[in-house]
Amino acid sequence: MAASTHEHAHHEESFVSKYIFSQDHKMISKQFLLTAIVMGVIAMVLSTLFRIQLGWPEQSSDILHMFLGDRWAPNGILDRNMYLGLVTMHGTIMVFFLLTGGLSGTFSNLLIPLQIGARDMASGFLNMLSYWMFFISSVIMVVSLFVENGPAMSGWTVYPPLSALPQAVPGSGLGMTLWLVSMAIFIASSLLGSLNYIVTILNLRTKGMTMLRLPLTIWAFFVTAVLGVLSFPVLLSAVLLLVMDRTMGTSFYLSDIIVGGEMLDNTGGSPLLYQHLFWFLGHPEVYIVLLPALGLTSEIISTNARKPIFGYKAMITSLLGIGFLSFIVWAHHMYVTGMSPFLGSLFVFTTLLIAVPSAVKVFNYITTLWRSTAIYTPQMLFSVALVSTFITGGVTGIILADSALDIAVHDTYFVVAHFHVVMGLSAVFGMFAGVYHWFPKMYGRMMNLRIGYVHFWLTVISGYGVFFPMHFVGIAGAPRRYYDYSVYEGFDMNQFNIIMELNVIISIFAIVGLLAQGLFLFNFFYSIYRGPRAVQNPWRGNTLEWTTPVEHIHGNWPGALPVVHRWPYDYSKPGAEEDFILQTVPLAEGETEDH
Amino acid sequence: MKFVALIVVVLAIIAIAQLTRIYELTSKLRNRNETDVDYRDNKLNANLLLLFCIGMFASYVWMIARYGAGGIGVAASVEGVDYDWLFAVNMILISLIFFVTNGLLFYFAWKYHAKPGAKAFYYPHNAKLELLWTAVPAVVLSVIIIMGLIQWRDRTGAAGENAVVIELYSKQFDWAVRYSGQDNQLGKFDYKLINTDNPLGLATTATIAARVEELNLEIKDLEGRINDPSAIYSVVSFEEMKSALATKERLYVRLLQLQENHDPALDAVANDDVVQPANITLVLKKNQEYDMYFRAQDVIHSAFFPHFRAQINNVPGMVTRLKFTPYISTKEMRVKMNDNKFNYILLCNKICGASHSNMKLFVEVLDENEYDAWWAEQIATKTFGSASIVTEEIAE
Repeated sequence: MAASTHEHAHHEESFVSKYIFSQDHKMISKQFLLTAIVMGVIAMVLSTLFRIQLGWPEQSSDILHMFLGDRWAPNGILDRNMYLGLVTMHGTIMVFFLLTGGLSGTFSNLLIPLQIGARDMASGFLNMLSYWMFFISSVIMVVSLFVENGPAMSGWTVYPPLSALPQAVPGSGLGMTLWLVSMAIFIASSLLGSLNYIVTILNLRTKGMTMLRLPLTIWAFFVTAVLGVLSFPVLLSAVLLLVMDRTMGTSFYLSDIIVGGEMLDNTGGSPLLYQHLFWFLGHPEVYIVLLPALGLTSEIISTNARKPIFGYKAMITSLLGIGFLSFIVWAHHMYVTGMSPFLGSLFVFTTLLIAVPSAVKVFNYITTLWRSTAIYTPQMLFSVALVSTFITGGVTGIILADSALDIAVHDTYFVVAHFHVVMGLSAVFGMFAGVYHWFPKMYGRMMNLRIGYVHFWLTVISGYGVFFPMHFVGIAGAPRRYYDYSVYEGFDMNQFNIIMELNVIISIFAIVGLLAQGLFLFNFFYSIYRGPRAVQNPWRGNTLEWTTPVEHIHGNWPGALPVVHRWPYDYSKPGAEEDFILQTVPLAEGETEDH
Repeated sequence: MKFVALIVVVLAIIAIAQLTRIYELTSKLRNRNETDVDYRDNKLNANLLLLFCIGMFASYVWMIARYGAGGIGVAASVEGVDYDWLFAVNMILISLIFFVTNGLLFYFAWKYHAKPGAKAFYYPHNAKLELLWTAVPAVVLSVIIIMGLIQWRDRTGAAGENAVVIELYSKQFDWAVRYSGQDNQLGKFDYKLINTDNPLGLATTATIAARVEELNLEIKDLEGRINDPSAIYSVVSFEEMKSALATKERLYVRLLQLQENHDPALDAVANDDVVQPANITLVLKKNQEYDMYFRAQDVIHSAFFPHFRAQINNVPGMVTRLKFTPYISTKEMRVKMNDNKFNYILLCNKICGASHSNMKLFVEVLDENEYDAWWAEQIATKTFGSASIVTEEIAE
């Protein structure tokens, strides 16, 4: 028996089992990251295409023609339906494929076993399935861009009846079907992943790794996974009911409709039902996107500030608080949908409550920086920028959460600016920070610092350049998802000019932002092959992943699993020789664990 | 073109790769460690962070000064004035939080960058501080919540007794209007009654009977085509016709039920309504409160009156409502905006299809005399029961 185990551990892995159908969490993490990068680039290119339209409407663009061809950009002028398709696919891919699947998939997979001291995920097989379902759903989503009548065109929230009726918009035909199929598979992938994360964190922590010694990354992934498990099934049911309305003649969301000259006999359904189901996922989803980013930066800020994260327990409590509250705020997306105003007022209350744990997190980050010795690696810069966007995007949430104030800015660019700053930029910055920080762990090499700096500064400046002016477009009442603003020429030329001026500024920054990502891509792929070799603990961190060998081995630690003796944030502890103390170092005599 | 673009991209990548390589070699020669941040870079980035913060603040102030509320002008409804006040209060508050917290963040980030010999302060927690920044936001938020909810109650509560009832009916990509007539009550409706003569589906004994007959004819016609022995159909179109027939038969059964349950006493309520076909200016009276009801025919639309700071979705299968009181006439607003072509507008603010961005309805607020004259004409000639509906061009 012992001999056979020994043999098993040494058998040569084939190319397929090592690189493709791998069950090793580190390889799966890299697979998630690469897929997410491809999806992220696609989504960003899509957004640049519609930004070209918004900045310079009615002008012929070779770029639009090059990407979209005669069918969707005849003479270089973007087709109206395709504009909606681009907006929809940009949102869908960014939210689900980059920031949910990509962010959680990459870092939960990489860090959960490494930071809790486990050999691998609880189920390597389910983990592999999770990735391949993610991959398949990504492919289906991308393929839907190329079907005859275009991709889904009803916005990333795909509200019926628009998404249910091909007569209403061409994208609600095959494009929408593929969207639904892709999402159903994506949800299955997300559930498999989340269940695995939860089980692994609860059961496979190494000796001494109590819940209150877990790095904040793990806490964030844990809460995220719980949110996913509880909310994604609701989206699945929303998706399935929509499929039935589209194909089986049911009336869950449809009632009293005449479309394309045809009187439908659907009666009794409610489009609001879909909105409730969608946002029951949709709002926790915001935190599914954001919390992992906050977890990553908690770790990175502490490590690079050479100082313990301030208020470790408060950070955990606020994570739990945000996680809990995120389930009772969903209807703040629905104040003006015709939902009962009384219900709306309850949601005002719960929504604004969520600002309290968020504020605690922000102040704790700021206090962590106070009297630190911050080392500005690119990941540290991205983390500071994340805290800034979290503040800037968070405060506008106070206005949108207030139902009375939401009335006139609902569905305007104010909302678009708000969620892009607080969730889009923050999560993307967190993801970049994570990649720069854990790249040595993933690929055994270092990324180039200088290119990282240029990438950071271009990204953060263009990020602000895009979304800061966008608030003013929104305060002016400019609705989102408009192909152009020519309608304004008919009633207020002055306002039309202001909107156009801002739109040009935004579009220029969007193009700069896209080009800047070329630097990242180059740095990333170049460093995989040519970057300098990494040392075992390049950032002098405390957590367990830095005790594993640089070369990836199956099972993570060559010998016995490490034993944990302290929390992960003993940086610059008085009395210690070095400014960091690995979690595996036993407490010295008389030393207390006070946090 | 594509080929040139491709070559440019490839050459650019090669150039960056070579530059990186050269850079790495030179730094190796100079014995610089490529992976550790040196103090000079650290200081540079810390300074840049501070500079970025100053730039961000300056651009915010500049944008407030230049764009302010984006040229939308003062609120033109009584409720909108309250709205603008509350919005301003909130903006001031969040701007303050924005400046203070971002300021602290970037100031600390700049001040406490790693310098030779500096050591970080081990400071893991402080219960008092944490309690403070839990309690302060909670208190501030309570105030905001209360102010907001008071206004929300006023905005969504029942309209006053003198409010005039109006209905707007949306479909891809326009709005029709129904003024409630002398009785200030909207007549009953049903979507199954909609046809060219009755675009809003008003339910009267006459419209129901007409529609029953029309649908009956449609069914007969379809049955005739399906059973026509001389016609040859593809399988697909044959199935489509059968399915259409089944739909019509179901609708027919429901129409008969509607007919049976209809109370003829309600006809008068519908017949005095003034139905205005799509794309004709919505006319409102200055200083008159309006209680507006909304329906949609196909997909969700959103009725957004930016100048009155009012918005509500129009949802197929349900009726939604909002209310507001315009208090500045169009003429007065043109003077205020210094633009004699200015108009109030109703925009669609929920994605609804290809022409979403063109879906609009002009709104004109008249003062009392002008309005009364206009209304007298409507009520005399254009009530639903009286006559055919006259189409007018949009008064711009």
